[in-house]
Amino acid sequence: MNSTEQLLSINNLHTGFRIKDTYFDAVDGVSISLKRNEILAVVGESGCGKSTLATSIIGLHDHNKTRVEGEIIYKGINLAKLDEEKFNKIRGEEIGMIFQDPLSALNPLMRIGDQIEEGLAFHTKMSKEQREKRVFELLDQVGISNPKRIAKQFPHQLSGGMRQRVIIAIAISCKPNIIIADEPTTALDVTIQAQILDLLKDLQAETGAGIVLITHDLGVVAEVADRVAVMYAGQIIEEASVEELFANPLHPYTRSLFNSIPQMNSENEKLQVIQGIVPSLTNLPRTGCRFSARIPWISEGMHEENPTMHEVSPGHLVRCTCWQHFHFESEEGGITR
Amino acid sequence: MWKIIVRRVLIMIPQLFVLSLLIFILAKQLPGDPFTGLLTPDTDPNRIEELRELAGLNDPWYVQYVNWIGNAAQGDFGKSYTYKIKVSTLIGEKALNTFWLSLVSAIILYLIAIPLGVLAGRYQDTIFDKIIVFYSFVTYAIPTFVLALIFLFIFGYQLHWFPTVGSVDVKYDPGTAGYFWSKLYHMLLPAITTAILGTTSVIQYLRSEIIDAKSLDYVRTARSKGIPVNKVYSRHIFRNSLLPIAAFLGFTITGLLVGSIFIETIFGYPGMGQLFISSLLSRDYSVITALVMLFGLLALLGSLLSDIIMSIVDPRIRIE
Repeated sequence: MNSTEQLLSINNLHTGFRIKDTYFDAVDGVSISLKRNEILAVVGESGCGKSTLATSIIGLHDHNKTRVEGEIIYKGINLAKLDEEKFNKIRGEEIGMIFQDPLSALNPLMRIGDQIEEGLAFHTKMSKEQREKRVFELLDQVGISNPKRIAKQFPHQLSGGMRQRVIIAIAISCKPNIIIADEPTTALDVTIQAQILDLLKDLQAETGAGIVLITHDLGVVAEVADRVAVMYAGQIIEEASVEELFANPLHPYTRSLFNSIPQMNSENEKLQVIQGIVPSLTNLPRTGCRFSARIPWISEGMHEENPTMHEVSPGHLVRCTCWQHFHFESEEGGITR
Repeated sequence: MWKIIVRRVLIMIPQLFVLSLLIFILAKQLPGDPFTGLLTPDTDPNRIEELRELAGLNDPWYVQYVNWIGNAAQGDFGKSYTYKIKVSTLIGEKALNTFWLSLVSAIILYLIAIPLGVLAGRYQDTIFDKIIVFYSFVTYAIPTFVLALIFLFIFGYQLHWFPTVGSVDVKYDPGTAGYFWSKLYHMLLPAITTAILGTTSVIQYLRSEIIDAKSLDYVRTARSKGIPVNKVYSRHIFRNSLLPIAAFLGFTITGLLVGSIFIETIFGYPGMGQLFISSLLSRDYSVITALVMLFGLLALLGSLLSDIIMSIVDPRIRIE
């Protein structure tokens, strides 16, 4: 198995939602790739399009209200243009998805075992007994200690952490090459978060799958990711390896994100925040640097007219040129932190 | 679970007791008595008084109540003043007619409503869905007696497809196949009418449940497994959307049993509803009180039935 094998390559992806009769792109020209054995984290504020990116990859949008354009190339097939029936062969079998809220992501009326088995029954030729055995294996693999008992239980009988493990078991049941994890730890408390992240890392090491991890938590990114893409207003604005990004964040948005992490040892008691909010889909300015509205103290001329990604060092890409001139507002009068 | 069901049944006893007291007092407040209608210009007022005395109608109400409830507890609701036969016998045969009518109505109701509701929800906002929504508005807006009269006129009197009165053709003997088919045939038109009127709420409930379910997280999980859309519907959306319908099943059946007053009266169907109206008009106390007691009991049983059904179909619910 070639460890640098390209699994997924997304080129100029646009995913738009229909509001009245116009489509508004929530994912606006994203290009990124995923390699085998890699955990790619996609970070950004709520509403920046990261979950839309995730659901576009696995094709779970309502086709009547969504328009997906561009390329999502997997094994030479463009998933963005694949019809529902063919997509079902890939979904679950080649691409698995882990959802955000374990409390609502399982069918309350179905036994755990049946929910895990469902995908196996469709994607594999296993017999009933083989599938049952595989369900126990999977539950064991995700760290559930009493698989036989748990398989017979209903979701409401399990804790949040256990349910998230079950959801992971569903996602990995057919040994997919790609796992998309959409904020898998957001709904869990901190100790369980760490366990689930460890589990994801272990599973990845075992299977060699590529993982797209959607999160807004930079702590999670630091813990598990290999490479990070920072998204803002539907675009990727910075992309780098984890080490590089944490050591040398460049884009004003990335720097603002880091700046807004509360510091234990800081004398400044006020929480640093990023001014303003992510513009809503319908009010999003489609030209110029999209972050400029939230850093008004940086003059217009410092932004690119049509910001593109620039490679500043190998593997480290930044959108727009404004990062070269950026400083935090509080630094303007010469006060530095 | 059995323990809890027995306990629920035991709790019904005080509930029924309170109900019986209320019914008895209310029935006594009705103006007139069973002998009022028997008066002719030649009737000796003393004779009426004698009859009242004999029937115990001059006793204080609580003495009458104790007598009545004592007998009722043993299944004896007295004799009908009008029909001169035992109330239990009288209600018994009518209740059976109503029971069969309700059962057939319920079957037709769900046979129509479930597919229509599911399809309307699944193919939301298509022409098909819009037609069903329009149908729901019409059946919701139309009063029972109007639809019943229209159906009776068209299918009974004009087209002669269905009989217009009674519950069975007199030429058949009980127990024969002809008797059975004749009974079913007589039931069909009133049952269809009742069913159509009942479909509205079921269709609308199911439709909105299905539309809601489509965007639920666990349905998205099911889709992410890559199973075919039809499977997603049958295994995940459909069953969960039926829960509220199942929850109402007990009440719906009770409602059909109790609520057939208009239908039975219009179609001349000899059931409990028709008996109730006629005994009200003739101040047949013993029948009225017995029927209202029975309706009360059915309401209690309906809610118990709903709870039991829910605990079977929804693993999150256990009767405690």
